[in-house]
Amino acid sequence: MALLEVRNLSVEFPQRRAVLKALDQVSFNIEAGEILGLVGESGAGKSLTGASIIGLLEPPGRISEGQILLGGARIDDLSPEQMRHVRGKRIGAIFQDPLTSLNPLLSVGYQLTQTIQAHLPLSAQQAWQRAVQLLQDTGIPAAAERMTNYPHQFSGGMRQRVVIALALAAEPELIIADEPTTALDVSIQAQIIELLKRLCRQRGAAVMLITHDMGVIAEACDRVGVMYAGRLVEVGAVQQVIHAAHHPYSRGLMASIPSTDVTRERLHQIPGSMPRLTAIPSGCAFHPRCERVSPRCLAERPVLTPSDATLTHHPVACWHPLHANHALSAEDSA
Amino acid sequence: MLVFMLRRMFQATLVMLVVALIAFMLFQYVGDPVLFMLGQDATPEKVRELRQELGLDQPFIVQFGHFVLNALQGDFGLSLRQGAKVSTLIAERLPATLELAVCAAVIALCVGIPMGVFAALRPRHVMTRVFMTLSLLGVSLPTFLIGILLILVFAVWLGWLPSFGRGQVVQWGTWSTGLLTRDGWLHLLLPALTLAIFQLTLIMRLVRAEMLEVLRTDFIKFARARGLPERTIHYGHALRNTLVPVITITGLQLGSLIAFAIITETVFQWPGMGLLFIQAVSHADIPVMAAYLCLISLIFVTINLVVDLLYLLVDPRLKEAR
Amino acid sequence: MAVHNALTSWRDTWARAWDSDLVYHFRCTPTAWVALAVALACLLGALLAPWIAPHNPFDPASLQLSDALLPPAWSDGGQLRYLLGTDDQGRDIVSALLYGSRISLLVGLASVLLSALLGVSLGLLSGFVGGAVDSLVMRICDVMLSFPAILVALLISGVGRALFPNADDSLAFGVLILSITLTGWVQYARTVRGATLVERNKEYVQAARITGVGSLSIMRRHILPNVLGPVLVLATIQVATAIITEATLSFLGVGAPPTSPSLGTLIRIGNDFLFSGEWWITVFPGAMLMLISLSINLLGDWLRDALNPRLQ
Repeated sequence: MALLEVRNLSVEFPQRRAVLKALDQVSFNIEAGEILGLVGESGAGKSLTGASIIGLLEPPGRISEGQILLGGARIDDLSPEQMRHVRGKRIGAIFQDPLTSLNPLLSVGYQLTQTIQAHLPLSAQQAWQRAVQLLQDTGIPAAAERMTNYPHQFSGGMRQRVVIALALAAEPELIIADEPTTALDVSIQAQIIELLKRLCRQRGAAVMLITHDMGVIAEACDRVGVMYAGRLVEVGAVQQVIHAAHHPYSRGLMASIPSTDVTRERLHQIPGSMPRLTAIPSGCAFHPRCERVSPRCLAERPVLTPSDATLTHHPVACWHPLHANHALSAEDSA
Repeated sequence: MLVFMLRRMFQATLVMLVVALIAFMLFQYVGDPVLFMLGQDATPEKVRELRQELGLDQPFIVQFGHFVLNALQGDFGLSLRQGAKVSTLIAERLPATLELAVCAAVIALCVGIPMGVFAALRPRHVMTRVFMTLSLLGVSLPTFLIGILLILVFAVWLGWLPSFGRGQVVQWGTWSTGLLTRDGWLHLLLPALTLAIFQLTLIMRLVRAEMLEVLRTDFIKFARARGLPERTIHYGHALRNTLVPVITITGLQLGSLIAFAIITETVFQWPGMGLLFIQAVSHADIPVMAAYLCLISLIFVTINLVVDLLYLLVDPRLKEAR
Repeated sequence: MAVHNALTSWRDTWARAWDSDLVYHFRCTPTAWVALAVALACLLGALLAPWIAPHNPFDPASLQLSDALLPPAWSDGGQLRYLLGTDDQGRDIVSALLYGSRISLLVGLASVLLSALLGVSLGLLSGFVGGAVDSLVMRICDVMLSFPAILVALLISGVGRALFPNADDSLAFGVLILSITLTGWVQYARTVRGATLVERNKEYVQAARITGVGSLSIMRRHILPNVLGPVLVLATIQVATAIITEATLSFLGVGAPPTSPSLGTLIRIGNDFLFSGEWWITVFPGAMLMLISLSINLLGDWLRDALNPRLQ
């Protein structure tokens, strides 16, 4: 049984003129201890997926269909109070900007001990020691002294370590990391990703890593899902998706990453742009930009076909999936 | 931090000087300064003497200097209307206004802040709608009208409370207080309420707006994501962060309470500085106006400094600054 | 053919406007409807006062002292032709209300117009030119903002009285409008300066400067249109504030002269009669004042919410 099961999750935003479907029948699983990446352009629905799972979907958005199961039990229909117990204790979250994620008026130690004591029956003394331990684990030097420091007294990378410590404070089984390195310097990004990986492996926590940075995905994830216009179009082992993606969009994404070991004259570009939520094309949302389009693509929406357990075929939502050695276009082989 | 305080004090002194300059201009050029100093019934010899003493043909700076020196000692000459020393008049009236203002401030804060917090946390509650409507009324009704309405209801129709003056006061040296007698309290109630209502609505709206803003921030989202109880999030985090900017703005509002007291004192014939000022304005009594201006500026500037200091103490981000 | 095209395009424009976010917001907010209706009614009443008022309360010849202190028509002693009663000089309250609102509205609108003009120009100048001019204007704004408006208005009034002890009515109004104007301009200046600073650094402005377009022109044609939204909201709310300030000053005795009383003056007159039971002289002008300022405040609130992109 998977740790997290998302089945046909759909999220809508009722608006003045129409109802926007921001997530459309998204389904995937996360096994205990694995790191799943969720990649896609801005606006594809990655953060919304994370927010729905942890129950922080902001109104007027709401889950219109589907189920979310944690450890086999549904969590999408819990009362707010019940969901509060799940948050922090079983599912943790890390957000993009470490500066705004921490309350500037409270010391780091206070914020840590408060979180610990909210979920674990520890005394103030014990909570303090545990907090110091957490800070040490996340690589902050002189942890005990820094407990009384305020967020603005830490550098960006240090702050994100504090955020990670806070998210891990109650030992959750799943961490949702929403663009954890985007706001950081490139040199720090690798450190933070490494830290996240190490700590989660140690604690056996699974991670859903949301990002638009393929480098991070390649570095950290076991599996990766590709999102497009609110739909999950492909999900598979990281190396497979990167080197042998089945969906034309995923191929295009991977191909547009500049690399230093192949000589090319121009960067690969997928023509057109992702459709706005108010104007999602019929059938397959990607069809206006796809080279392999056929009448079926306009008429029927492709569903994510489940894995058939062979090594090179992972679930993909496409009527004409690419096979392993297929070249993308003439440009590619130049 | 020391540098910061020094800089603020320098700015404050600058503002005071500018205000003194304006007061000085009023004194010198709007009417006859000699008459201001000596009163209407001065003999011609005295007038001549003082003219020489004041050296009215001396350069501007020297005259200004004299004025400031006198002002620092509290000497603003004699009131045109009443013939008494301005400083005496003001000293007599100061306690009444201060008591009124402080009482109103306490009411405004103790009612306004909780109302604002409630309105932010329970936006759809029926009481919130009531508060917001009342607050709109509070902002749309001028203070004097509120005062008159209160008088109409509580003094004329119900006859429960007096509407005139301070009632029985107890003298403590130079300070006369109405807070020690029941009669004094009864008289204080309506005026304090009137003065408080406008500030109360402002504070309520401010607290509500700030709190709604804070509740939208990332750190509140993260606190929720950590599963902290709602109560901790609302009071431990959101309220704390809301109150910091609220302190500054409220502090500044308190200063303006003293000025708004002008209106309330007129409606209730409260024997304070405000009433004195109004009478001065109607009779073009320049010395009193100048003195009031300087005193109010002093109070404002002091409150500003205190509020800045408070801010420094409360916001850890500022403690390090420079 | 051309007429047909013109008509179609008008219809389209109207259809678009009707469907736009702003108007939609208006249609959805019943309070805005009511507020607008009330405000318009008051405005019309005030404008048409000389024609629709049953009596002229300011013509001494038409007053009859024998009709003084009559209660409203529905109480004993009231007469139908003095629907809301009369004051101590026999003036009909209904007419006094209409004429009084006229004065209140006129003073309010005039001062807002003037302070908007002053504030917007200074703000544009300050933001665009920068440097010492900017610092000076901002210092002045800071000092003025730290003083309550009523105090400044009173001071100016007092000084005016001292300088012109035998002023006639029009001068009194001039001083009144001036004092309210001088307390209101600061908000405009600050808002406009902020917006100007933002726009000034944008490329289209720099391009205009390079091609030699004059500063005044840039300010007028490029920056000003972008700044009008917040100014409009501010102006609406300020009209209510100005009306209240005027009423307060008149109540305190330093505003509109007793020969052309505004609503504030009427309330002051009525204040003396509260205890002897003639409540109507104060209450009705008070209610009118409240209606006007409440409806304008509501409109201003609605406008601010409607123009605020974050709340969409």
